[in-house]
Amino acid sequence: MIAQIAMATGFALILIGLYGALTNHNLLRMIVAFTIADTGVNIVIVAVGYMAGRTAPILDAAVPAAEAAQRIIDPVPQALVLTAIVIGLGITALMLAYAYKLYQKKRTLDIGKLTELKW
Amino acid sequence: MIRRAVVLALVLAMGAIFATLLAGYAPDGDLNLTARYYADRTAPDIGSANIVTAIIVTYRGLDTLGEVTVLFLSATIVGLVLAGGRRRETAQRPPVPVGELLTTGSRFLVPLIMLLGVYVFVNGHLTPGGGFQGGAVVASGVLLMLLADPLKHFSHRLIAAVESVAGFAYVVIGVLGLVLAGGFLDNRILPLGELGALASAGAIPLIYSLVGLKVGAEFSSMLASLSETEEL
Repeated sequence: MIAQIAMATGFALILIGLYGALTNHNLLRMIVAFTIADTGVNIVIVAVGYMAGRTAPILDAAVPAAEAAQRIIDPVPQALVLTAIVIGLGITALMLAYAYKLYQKKRTLDIGKLTELKW
Repeated sequence: MIRRAVVLALVLAMGAIFATLLAGYAPDGDLNLTARYYADRTAPDIGSANIVTAIIVTYRGLDTLGEVTVLFLSATIVGLVLAGGRRRETAQRPPVPVGELLTTGSRFLVPLIMLLGVYVFVNGHLTPGGGFQGGAVVASGVLLMLLADPLKHFSHRLIAAVESVAGFAYVVIGVLGLVLAGGFLDNRILPLGELGALASAGAIPLIYSLVGLKVGAEFSSMLASLSETEEL
């Protein structure tokens, strides 16, 4: 059940982020919307690795190495999400830097007024 | 209005897809083949108590090297894109004076935050933590310093030196694995030690500390670049 709740939350965040990115005209708001969608994707991936009644993939007194396979949840999605979070942060910084540069050049953050790539 | 309706229809369609996925989802009762391999082989082969760390640093070490490269590239591009705006007068005062609370608080907290960051990446093979998390904590200390003193100037040369040395040492350790052990980034160039001890898991603490330094330096350089942009 927890996995379903987490997954539903993640999907909801993806949809909110998508809606925000498509309806907002301000570049900064679009960037915020993208990070929300990004968080949603991460939550969905972590939820896929969840298994009821199991614990974190760290071996200690409670999880001896010999019975690790029966006691831990899937560690692969967690490793993937760790990567995704860090890359997401780098991409956000990059988007912000480009938004700053665009504002410096055009004096506007309104996507409707940046028409160079429109045909 | 039509635009908004189209977007809403798109989001609803996507929501329908997600709802179907969610309805058909059943959590696995057992680990799949890959996860089972990692669960069974981490303790004898890698010696790391944290299996996620074993996957990131050793099993998929090459991917992590690529990830660090992506991060390096994005930090470089942020620096490059914002380089034009770095012409701030030294005499300029901060527009809003920062409060006594923030100044004193940051003096007290920054060393503790840095210490926590180092603790998190040194213990990456034992606890839920590691180089990326520790590096982010270190960079949050840098962010607090920047908040307390917005005109603070960080030495880009120092940040670049830390970052390049850490990155270079990371690759050197990887190549040593090729020469002394089973392959690129193999952690068995150092003794595996006892599971759960600080000096265990071969080269993993070393590699993750280097990753922590590198990530901390990259995030700090991004923050410094963003804070040094001139007011618009």
